[in-house]
Amino acid sequence: MPSVRIPTPLRKLTADQDEVNISASNVSDLIETMESQYPGIKDRLCDESGNVRRFINLYVNNEDIRFLDGKETQLNEGDVVSIIPAIAGGL
Amino acid sequence: MRLTEEQIYRYSRHILLPEVGGVGQEKLLRAKVFCVGVGGLGSPVALYLAAAGLGTLGIADSDQVDISNLQRQVLHYTDDIGKPKTHSAREKLQKLNPDVNVIVYKDLITMDNIRELVKEYDIVIDGSDNFPTRYLLNDACYFEKKTLISGALFQFEGQLSVFKTHKGGACYRCLYPEIPPKGMVPTCEEAGILGAVAGTIGTMQAVETLKEVLDIGEPLVDKLLTMNALSMSFNTVKITKDPECHLCGENPTILSIEEYKEHSCDIED
Repeated sequence: MPSVRIPTPLRKLTADQDEVNISASNVSDLIETMESQYPGIKDRLCDESGNVRRFINLYVNNEDIRFLDGKETQLNEGDVVSIIPAIAGGL
Repeated sequence: MRLTEEQIYRYSRHILLPEVGGVGQEKLLRAKVFCVGVGGLGSPVALYLAAAGLGTLGIADSDQVDISNLQRQVLHYTDDIGKPKTHSAREKLQKLNPDVNVIVYKDLITMDNIRELVKEYDIVIDGSDNFPTRYLLNDACYFEKKTLISGALFQFEGQLSVFKTHKGGACYRCLYPEIPPKGMVPTCEEAGILGAVAGTIGTMQAVETLKEVLDIGEPLVDKLLTMNALSMSFNTVKITKDPECHLCGENPTILSIEEYKEHSCDIED
């Protein structure tokens, strides 16, 4: 099943796990399954309409899903999904 | 410009590298780089660039040195508490290398002055600590056709990327189209940062800057490098130029520098 890399700001929701395995056939399905296992995570990833927030990117095997098939992007065994939010710290 | 005997010795470890040589060192001495922020990222960036003999180094920061900065901002010392960061930085950089002309800007960077500032330089380094400045620098670099070397931090994580939109590459808005609402993404001040993580990302920004000036290797263009210090893992994802980008896309709606304010928002942490 695909593995998902969880960024630090979301790890409180995944019991501090930095990587979780989720059985899902596409990204939309993955988000719903994650929400059922880690309640609250969907709200962090998606806006009220269910679209992925514009300052958080989801990558499947290092390709941004916005330039694949969005939430319909298919997932296969062994795929790596990375969640990468914008961060601003520098000082 | 001819290198003096002393310079040949000072930069001998650069000059020995076939990729640099005397010609490369002269390029470094002629280069002009603008570093926004001389804090956690800007300190190592400015130190390494000054040590490398980067000829003109502009540094912008409107803050004063605070004791809580010293855990990571290695350009500033305990004696500097209360001084403008730009002055504290200039003092150290000039002592490190008198070849470097350090120009300081201690006023806030705004939509009104940013293009004029950026225009004077070849490369801009983003070591800022907030989203409005990040979008402002991105847009100014797009309009002024400058390379932007961007670094960002969060606790034990870092991000690094080089944007060369004027050469057909993606911009920061292609990567993150919208500024996050305030409160959605905690700052270092709120979330904490392991000091040496700032040093790691800042030093890599300096490396990308030197490569860019020397025109060697492969720049981290259209790629986002993420680092997690706890697992000491590095990963690189692809940044795709967005044809629908409001700034650099096919039908841009941002036609000049705008002011960006974060919208306030409360979220559970």
